Amino acid sequence: MSSTPGVKELVARGIGRRYRNERLFKAAGLGALMIGLGFLAFFFYTLVANGYTALQQTRILLDVKLDLAVIDPDNTRDPAVRATADYQRLVRDAMSALFPDVKARAELRDLFALVSPGAGLELKEYVASNPGAVGSTISVWLVADDDIDVLVKGHVSRDVPEADRRIDDRQLAWLDKLEQEQRIGLRFNRYFFTAGDSRDPELAGIWSATIGSFYMLLVTLLLSFPLGVATAIYLEEFARRNRWTDLIEVNINNLAAVPSIVFGLLGLALFINAFGLPRSAPLVGGLVLSLMTLPVIIIASRAALTAVPPSIREAALGLGASKMQMVMHHVLPLAMPGMLTGTIIGMARALGESAPLLMIGMVAFIVDVPDSPLDPSTALPVQVYLWADSPERAFVERTSAAIIVLLLFLLVMNATAILLRKRFERRY
Amino acid sequence: MAPSTLLILVVGLAVLAYYVGRQRAIAGALAAGPRMTHSLPGYHGGYVALWCVIPAVVLLTLWQTFEPIWLRDAVLSALPETLRALPKEQLGLVYNDIRNLVEGNIVSSSPGADILAAADQYAMLRQLSRNLSTGAVLVLGLACIAWAFYRVRPSFRARNRVERAIEYLLIAASLVAILTTIGIFLSVLFEALRFFRQVSPLEFLFGLSWSPQTAIRADQVGSSGAFGAVPLFAGTLLISGIAMLVAVPVGLMSAIYLSEYASPRLRNYAKPMLEILAGIPTVVYGYFAALTVGPILRGLGESFGLDVASESALGAGLVMGIMIIPFVSSLSDDVINAVPQALRDGSYGLGATRSETIRNVVFPAALPGIVGAVLLAVSRAIGETMIVVMAAGLAANLTANPFEAVTTVTVQIVTLLIGDQEFDSPKTLAAFALGLVLFLVTLVLNVIALRVVRRYREQYE
Repeated sequence: MSSTPGVKELVARGIGRRYRNERLFKAAGLGALMIGLGFLAFFFYTLVANGYTALQQTRILLDVKLDLAVIDPDNTRDPAVRATADYQRLVRDAMSALFPDVKARAELRDLFALVSPGAGLELKEYVASNPGAVGSTISVWLVADDDIDVLVKGHVSRDVPEADRRIDDRQLAWLDKLEQEQRIGLRFNRYFFTAGDSRDPELAGIWSATIGSFYMLLVTLLLSFPLGVATAIYLEEFARRNRWTDLIEVNINNLAAVPSIVFGLLGLALFINAFGLPRSAPLVGGLVLSLMTLPVIIIASRAALTAVPPSIREAALGLGASKMQMVMHHVLPLAMPGMLTGTIIGMARALGESAPLLMIGMVAFIVDVPDSPLDPSTALPVQVYLWADSPERAFVERTSAAIIVLLLFLLVMNATAILLRKRFERRY
Repeated sequence: MAPSTLLILVVGLAVLAYYVGRQRAIAGALAAGPRMTHSLPGYHGGYVALWCVIPAVVLLTLWQTFEPIWLRDAVLSALPETLRALPKEQLGLVYNDIRNLVEGNIVSSSPGADILAAADQYAMLRQLSRNLSTGAVLVLGLACIAWAFYRVRPSFRARNRVERAIEYLLIAASLVAILTTIGIFLSVLFEALRFFRQVSPLEFLFGLSWSPQTAIRADQVGSSGAFGAVPLFAGTLLISGIAMLVAVPVGLMSAIYLSEYASPRLRNYAKPMLEILAGIPTVVYGYFAALTVGPILRGLGESFGLDVASESALGAGLVMGIMIIPFVSSLSDDVINAVPQALRDGSYGLGATRSETIRNVVFPAALPGIVGAVLLAVSRAIGETMIVVMAAGLAANLTANPFEAVTTVTVQIVTLLIGDQEFDSPKTLAAFALGLVLFLVTLVLNVIALRVVRRYREQYE
């Protein structure tokens, strides 16, 4: 009988294996968590490492002679005349003065390519604000071409074969000479924050996309907040439970899970094709996004309303308030912080949304800042999408920087929501 | 007067009406004594204001709807016979020219004398219509104010009426949710039906070749216009499958670790951090998949001697999986926490280790909820757009090899609809047919998932 082991022995025999499994299982759980968090860290690291260089851009110090013969030949002092002058020629003259040996046409073109086409505009602005400087020679830092910019920042290596580079060896030699004379420097990239989109990465910025996003969120907020709150109040406080209200409820829950691109199809077929609203307008974007945000706000607002204890309602009714007075004077103010929190979270989601906007034509190339919700415009996430598709190396850092700006907006909105919740959270 | 100015005027009138009604109610209450007054003065004011706004706005809306139709008829019927005989489309162009002349916009051609005369007539008629509408709206508004004003007396039950109006407003607001769903369904359905009139549904659902470029000229090469969507469904399933292979194990194990093993401190920090992943815009994931993960996978593949496409299904699926982790983990976390502690204690009492308890007791008890969470995550993955638009391919390959580029339903919707398009080509309408499939599939997944989750929750309450 000694061949059959006792229970104690069986347990003792298996215990080592079981404890090993236990440790493995726990390690697997921790590992899974670390994968998620590790990706988050890797993600932010890559973004910041790629994006922070977009804060600065390369500029070239040039001694520009503000030639009266070019700017204002008849010396009219008329700003309109001066605004139409060929300032880029002044820039070219200044470059030629630095490299007097360069004479051939093709060589000159390569030389002038070191400076951005935006340099002339910068000179124009300078002349407009300092009319007295016309005729003198000034030393200014003018914006360099993006190919120079990525080279100076070290994003593109000099060691690649000449054929694979956008800058040839001759241009490199000129650049080296400029660097020796300390005429190359990194300055704050004001274009990134104040300009619209541009084909030249060194002149491209996020300002018009930011304004477009702002108009869109404004339309979304104005539509979805009142509608969402009203719906929540009706469903939670007034509606009797019947087939209709059940239908509305199921609808709202399902709307919250419809893929965003389907809302884009709705916007295209209904708002643009049937109602004839303008394409690429923040108004249409706002309409589509408010349909998406509405379920989020309704669900949050209903939760906020249910959190108000019945005793408050009964007290109000007991003092002779009508049902509407009870809701409007007592329940709604108490539920408002929760509703606002839900609204901000819904707005943050709308700000990051881009798929439906592609459908309604907000992927257009927009240089100007929109003046109203009816002007063609683009949005921050769509700008990210457009830049991510651009082949120029200089757009990589700008895309990352635009993403960082977008994430900062989202962070501020979500932090506000959390603060609001903490500040006004009540325990009954 | 322009309609927007008129609207502001009506609002101004309503404010005035509010004060007039309120004053009359106060005066009446002072005369009759507070016991005889039914409603507070503000309700009487609101009552008069509502009577001002609602009829005026309804009239203005009707006028705005019918004015263009009437104007068009009037202007076109005054045109000379030669112009009126034009076909419908050309007549529309002529009418647009007339309107553009009046608005001061650019006109397509140099206008003739007929057109100029018609433009003058258009401007005159529009002015007349605006003057008439201004007069009519203001008269109606004032008349209604007067009528409501004389109904205001202490015994009048103004509060009940105002409250009922507010309630109707609330009902109207809650109907928007239904209207939206109907709107989505109908607008997508109608366009899809127009598509199915040109391409048979069977070919669309079961055809194996997808090349939506239709020929503009009859003799054009390489534009057969095949609309078999199976490669798209297969590509969508492949990418979603890869995403679920990442998201389900990682999300589930994280949820188990957080709810069963982690200290409260770690839980407090790690859970919100994990949920940040769900708050990052999808375009950012797309950028990441295209510019960071794609090249890394390609490099890795090369070092193992594998040929990985730079827009491989693997890259898009991996990043999508990471995006979905928090959906799986936070929903699973909720259901695992809902499993009663007594079940665990019973298992410990029988000598099971923690992992054995989790695998044999907690997990089976939470399984329906976890399945619901996974279904929700699947519907999220199928409908996800930006990641695949930026990181997956455009060519419709029917393959199960994750290293090759495949395309998905959402990618095709976006590529078919980006840019200007006409609404009658099957190429454009195909996007709506795909959208309909997407809408229906995600809807079914959601309904099942919500039902499973709800039924499970009831068990332990």
